[in-house]
Amino acid sequence: MSLLPFFEWCENTGVGHAIRNSLWLFPVIESFHLLALAMIGGAILIVDLRLLGFGLKRQPAAQLLRDAEPWLIGGLVVMVTSGVLLFTSEAIKCYYSSAFWTKMTFLFPALVFTFTVRRRVATAEEGRWRPLWGKLVAVVSVSLWSVVGAAGRWIGFSG
Amino acid sequence: MSLLGFCQWLEGTSWSIALHESLWVYPIVESVHVLTLCLFLGTAILVDLRLLGLMMRRVPFTEVFDRLQPWTMAGFVLMVISGALLFYAIPVRTYLNIFFRVKVVMLLLAGVNVWVFYRTVYRRVADWDLDGIPPKAARWAGGVSLVLWAGIVVAGRMIAYNWFDAPGVH
Repeated sequence: MSLLPFFEWCENTGVGHAIRNSLWLFPVIESFHLLALAMIGGAILIVDLRLLGFGLKRQPAAQLLRDAEPWLIGGLVVMVTSGVLLFTSEAIKCYYSSAFWTKMTFLFPALVFTFTVRRRVATAEEGRWRPLWGKLVAVVSVSLWSVVGAAGRWIGFSG
Repeated sequence: MSLLGFCQWLEGTSWSIALHESLWVYPIVESVHVLTLCLFLGTAILVDLRLLGLMMRRVPFTEVFDRLQPWTMAGFVLMVISGALLFYAIPVRTYLNIFFRVKVVMLLLAGVNVWVFYRTVYRRVADWDLDGIPPKAARWAGGVSLVLWAGIVVAGRMIAYNWFDAPGVH
């Protein structure tokens, strides 16, 4: 079964039409998408840097994760909302964009990894996991999110 | 030579033309500029949120500031280099673009905000370093910084749109 009919339906929704027909809406929504990018970047990096032994290394990783998590979730809410809106305005272009599919393919594991493995390792009691595991988790996290970000930017260059 | 004249000269240099017309290098430089938001602005936001007393209240301000500053600065250097290259690729149009000018003004204001912060409330940081909610002047510095950088990101994004470009400029 092809997903194309679903993408066509998205593109034909009233929201999709409204954004496409407006001069300002797309760039304004894009701006929110970018601001959320910075917020998510900071909230992710502060924990991953700590796991790698950089940044606020005198603070427990668990504490930093708990401090950053509301901001991460807030950033993700803005990101996904603005992202869905941008998508509906050009769903068919996205369907034919390999950058879009790359982004979605990495977004799902990035989200799952962040709220399962990474969360578990970062909030574990000190010494429960070898530091090497923390470093590995940080590298995987930064790598997954970097692909999501880079592929996301690349959607704009395709088509 | 006027600034416009300088931009026109810049636009005629072979490296500017090569960058403008390159299939891969220009998009890569642009992607670096955008993704460095995570490193530069991401870490700057954390410091601003600490100044506002909205995050990491149990961590001394100077610890947040000192430990994150190298990362913010590294991001800033990448931002300036990639941003300068983006300008170099399209000098005249960018120079004339209203959003670019707004962005430059806000960048200067963000610099002034940092300078004022250093010259005033930061001098007394020992008095409020451990406060979960820093004094009013520090909260102002954090809030103004957040507003300015949000404006800078939005204006930066808008440079790509040519709504207000003079006819014939591209």
